[in-house]
Amino acid sequence: MQVEALKCKECGTRYPLEAHYACDACFGPLEVLYDFSGLQAEGARRRIQAGPDTIWRYADFLPFESQPQTALAAGVTPLIRADQLAERLGIGELWIKNDAANPTHSFKDRVVTVALAKARELGFDVVACASTGNLANAVAAHAAAAGMESYVFIPADLEEQKVLATGVYGTNLVSVRGNYDDVNRLCTEISGERDWAFVNVNVRPYYAEGSKTIAYEVAEQLGFELPDRVVAPIASGSLFAKIARGFEEWLEVGLLTGELPIFNGAQAEGCSPVAVAFEQGWEICKPVKPDTIAKSLAIGNPADGPYALELARRSGGSIDAVDDDQIRAGIRLLAETTGVFTETAGGVTVATLAKLAERGDIGPDERVVAIITGDGLKTLDAVRGSFETHEIDPTLRSFEERVAGAPLAT
Amino acid sequence: MAITVKIPTQLRAVTGGESEVAVEEAATVGEVLDGLYERFENLRDRIAEDGDLRRFVNVYVDGEDIRFLDGLDTAVSDGDDVTILPAVAGG
Repeated sequence: MQVEALKCKECGTRYPLEAHYACDACFGPLEVLYDFSGLQAEGARRRIQAGPDTIWRYADFLPFESQPQTALAAGVTPLIRADQLAERLGIGELWIKNDAANPTHSFKDRVVTVALAKARELGFDVVACASTGNLANAVAAHAAAAGMESYVFIPADLEEQKVLATGVYGTNLVSVRGNYDDVNRLCTEISGERDWAFVNVNVRPYYAEGSKTIAYEVAEQLGFELPDRVVAPIASGSLFAKIARGFEEWLEVGLLTGELPIFNGAQAEGCSPVAVAFEQGWEICKPVKPDTIAKSLAIGNPADGPYALELARRSGGSIDAVDDDQIRAGIRLLAETTGVFTETAGGVTVATLAKLAERGDIGPDERVVAIITGDGLKTLDAVRGSFETHEIDPTLRSFEERVAGAPLAT
Repeated sequence: MAITVKIPTQLRAVTGGESEVAVEEAATVGEVLDGLYERFENLRDRIAEDGDLRRFVNVYVDGEDIRFLDGLDTAVSDGDDVTILPAVAGG
């Protein structure tokens, strides 16, 4: 079977496939090690195409011996050809991967689906997470669907929509007086004292694997072809690095041919430790105190920052940052040209895409995919006041005067 | 009074299973860690490399990341909590 062990990304030490996330020898992150040498591309492709309309169609590339049963799955979200946006930005071929179209409206359904299936397999009764909001929604919902108890830890200043869309599932919701990095530190401490599956702490090596399915879907939806460039947001950097890993695995087994796409990371200026490290030529990130409307990306101490930097450099890409006004404009631009309403993280991604296009980084013949990770209904404050509403009396005259702009003909 | 060091599960094998260790007479985080290294063989190599912390090791004084303070030169006093944690969580 393909799933071999957990392996330290820093020193290579191997560990059994248990709830273990940091190397005992050097504290490096552990990740799932596979052996795909026995996997034939044609057989894998047939299993994918005959599989369910969820991430489990890619079960050959996920860390399970056999395909788990999950109550609330995720994935197979639309890949939308965005011709109007492409024209506006001067890009040859542009696609939007709309991961807002998941059960709890963000890409976090993918990682949580994998994490909860693994938590069950490892015998955990309780799942938990540290979250900037989208993960909170997903853990609460998937735990409810699976009949598991859950604890969700969030920063106290989170958007109201994300708080409401978590509590409704009946989780134990814990609002921590601090920022996300404080919440994360606390959860790391708690994970050492409680026998819980913290999806993004002690079962993080499995959880992170879920993000690879975005790459698999993009490639499959393009007819088993690679894009030339991927633009994706960076918070911890895990999603960014794992999308590349997904493409690399399919190149390795022969489901794809060609070269790894160029990877461009997107951050908000108010929390841009990875973009700053990229610009400065650093291999590691200096932590920051976040201050941005893009709260789902507000991780000042990004765990996978070094790997995101390495990927951007190795693929010939970059990591850029955009300010809050550009983020708001990015949300509007995507909505007006594609009909997709994204949250602030998507605004960061679209604004970064626009910045790359303006800078001349994107070649005229490139096929570009932008990863939209979450739904605009979760961050309504970002667009409040950004457009005009015509308020009128319920009369034809009022409509003609105030909306159509001309007095009623007599 | 002393400085209390919170030991993460990953290091408890080298601290004989202890989850909290008291360190006396240390004025900085660096001196606190030196005190630990003297007491527990093998601890230094786990978290330090070439005189600095390894890149996936986070150290906090009363909940604040020492990189926002003065790093290993951050001053500590009696009653402070120093927490060592892996940096690979979250997101």
